Amino acid sequence: MKIFRTLSEKPWIPHPAGSEFLAKNYQKEIFIGRTALRFFISVVSVIFFLFTITFLTRSQFPDFQALAGEPWQPLSDASHLWLNTGALLISSIALHWAHVSARKNQLNGAIASVMIGAFFALLFLLGQILVWKQLIELGYYVASNPANSYFYLYTSVHGLHLLGGLFALAYVTLQLMKKNSLVTFSSSVRLCAVYWHFLLILWLFLFALLTSSTDTINIIAQLCGF
Amino acid sequence: MTHIAIADQPEEELHEPSSFVTKYIWSQDHKVIAIQYSITAIFVGLVALVLSGLMRLQLGFPDSFSFIDPSAYLQFVTMHGMIMVIYLLTALFLGGFGNYLIPLMIGARDMVFPYLNMLSYWVYLLAVIVLMASFFVPGGPTGAGWTLYPPQAILEGTPGAGGGILLMLISLAIFIVAFTMGGLNYVTTVLQARTKGMTLMRMPLSVWGIFIATILGLLAFPALLVSAIMMLLDMTVGTSFFMPAIVSLGEQLDYSGGSPILFQHLFWFFGHPEVYIVALPAFGIVSDVLSVHARKNIFGYRMMVWAIVIIGGLSFIVWAHHMYVSGMNPYFGFFFATTTLIIAVPTALKVYNWVLTLWRGNIHLTTAMLFAIGFIFTFTHGGLTGLFLGNVVIDLPLSDTYFVVAHFHMVMGVSPIMVLFAAIYHWFPKITGKHLHTGLGKAHFWVTFLGTYAIYLPMHYLGFLGVPRRYYAMGSTEFVPDSAQDLNASITVSALIVGVAQLIFIYNVIRSLRKGEKAESNPWGAASLEWQTPDTPPKHGNWGPALPVVYRWAYDYSVPTAKQDFIPQNMSEEEVERVDDSETSSTEGGEDVKNIGDEPVGDNP
Repeated sequence: MKIFRTLSEKPWIPHPAGSEFLAKNYQKEIFIGRTALRFFISVVSVIFFLFTITFLTRSQFPDFQALAGEPWQPLSDASHLWLNTGALLISSIALHWAHVSARKNQLNGAIASVMIGAFFALLFLLGQILVWKQLIELGYYVASNPANSYFYLYTSVHGLHLLGGLFALAYVTLQLMKKNSLVTFSSSVRLCAVYWHFLLILWLFLFALLTSSTDTINIIAQLCGF
Repeated sequence: MTHIAIADQPEEELHEPSSFVTKYIWSQDHKVIAIQYSITAIFVGLVALVLSGLMRLQLGFPDSFSFIDPSAYLQFVTMHGMIMVIYLLTALFLGGFGNYLIPLMIGARDMVFPYLNMLSYWVYLLAVIVLMASFFVPGGPTGAGWTLYPPQAILEGTPGAGGGILLMLISLAIFIVAFTMGGLNYVTTVLQARTKGMTLMRMPLSVWGIFIATILGLLAFPALLVSAIMMLLDMTVGTSFFMPAIVSLGEQLDYSGGSPILFQHLFWFFGHPEVYIVALPAFGIVSDVLSVHARKNIFGYRMMVWAIVIIGGLSFIVWAHHMYVSGMNPYFGFFFATTTLIIAVPTALKVYNWVLTLWRGNIHLTTAMLFAIGFIFTFTHGGLTGLFLGNVVIDLPLSDTYFVVAHFHMVMGVSPIMVLFAAIYHWFPKITGKHLHTGLGKAHFWVTFLGTYAIYLPMHYLGFLGVPRRYYAMGSTEFVPDSAQDLNASITVSALIVGVAQLIFIYNVIRSLRKGEKAESNPWGAASLEWQTPDTPPKHGNWGPALPVVYRWAYDYSVPTAKQDFIPQNMSEEEVERVDDSETSSTEGGEDVKNIGDEPVGDNP
């Protein structure tokens, strides 16, 4: 483990092993961006982890009624959510493709992929809003049951993160127009793609959690000790 | 040298400011942002100081001040706590000192994301403005206690239950956004922008403390964000995350089934690491100040780093010791008592190492050093009472008494403030190019140091008597003797004196800025990089044409064979002037250069 080797260095001895420190891998923008993104993804993961802890705790109170399980419950038929998931998946793949095209120096391919990625991300957000509308029409308001509250909370916080990602993507694309450097664009859009993959995985997790039946949630909660 | 640091790469823009506005207001320079953070934080800190004075007036001389009614008192308590912990201490240590010191200490030209850094300050300022606005909304600021426990925090009857709590929660959320922007910057800068030769284990402990505290902040503040968002929803759209079925003012509310305890867990999952978000930078900074002014290397550098890392890790598994009285499972309490006591081990190790750094050192009792030594005292006292409170059986009777108030003020009120003052007195010459007045500084120290003991020692005793905290007035309480009131009056007088004494400091700063003695670039003879800048105060870009190259750790003080009593980090082995061999043999401990770090060094050669 590198971290333990680092922590066991003895800096007071005049020429420790670490003095060979050459900033080879360091101090390039790509590494800076990658480090920052890793920390940011950790922060977002912690946020959703904590939401989930509260979700599992709250689910053990008697008034909690999961949104799926029985046929009359709205998310038992999750076809809309599956469509949205498909849109997010396409968006994620498109951004990855944008990175690959930029690396191969294909400007048109890169631009087209970014546009497709952004379009499907927006489609996903729109789809989520439609699901909200559907739920409201069925009488599943935000405050009528904690499961509903969590559905709206999870989807909106997740959506806001995707929206933030779209702003970053727009910035990256504008930089490309301004500086016309595909090399920079390739590394920046790669960060966007990684963030998108993260949001996709996060969404798959939320999707599974929110469409679980009461029994499944109870089992998970018991496994976690609630 | 094939190494090209980021700042030297041609495409890197240095954001050279061109006008007054870009230089001092919309600045992207980490030093200017640090000063903006510091001034804002100190300003809100003064507001909170005044609030504490008002609280003490009520407690010391009840019924003498008509403008302090029970609601106002609770509002003072709440705002005092919240401002001091988050908007002053967190912002000043990380936004202020973190911003100023990280790039200078690791040899970078700026933070890696200067624009984000600037944004972080302005968003922080927005959070402060929203918080201050709550003083002016109908009903005033929230009076729910700084812990903001639901259900009472958002129910009618609690002071500021309307606009006050709303603005508080929004302000906290904004603060967390600001902190996350700043925090990502600090960790990325430490990991990716260190200059050549600056290995992680050569970083000064200040940077280590700030670095680990920032990671803690990034992982702990989300808990506060989550609880703030969920409470906001409970309040505004009527969800029942935390709100149980409840009758308020004779009326059944629409809430049902929520769990207030859940909020407590979330809050303290943030709240306890928050203690270390404040304490770790203090630990780091005090280590550097002690080492410089005792002219000795810090004792046990590696242990100090390990302790910082271990404390940081442990701080996430002790939170429920704030909740022993919430009716938790006894085994749960046992677990948290154990982890709490374990955390005392690395902490005690740090205290021993500070004392051993002073041992046989060539101690210069500068103002900074006085504050640093004062910190060892106050922190030890606060830490020892923490051992009492960490045990469930002792905590139960002492919970919510003045003993707790005394404990946490000693350990995370006074102690970090001591370090902040040490840091300001220590780095002021570098930041401004002027010396602070020593006489005024020492007066400030002695009044503050002795004053805090006059305030908080009696509070321990009040706690043993069973005087409850957060009470506006005692009423007719039989178990508390009348003499407790005399003690309260004396505490109030001391508190007011200490509060007013801070004006000495402010006067000292203003006076020194205007006509202070001019400081040379390295007045304390410190070895770390920030003292080796070509200009004092450092100019934009910090290092002139070329970045420094680091050859050693930051603690080469009183090296036996060296002529000077310190060797700067950027001085190579060839450049060090050595004393002649004949002199060496007569110098104590001079035979073995390799062991310099392990040998206690005597008086200055």
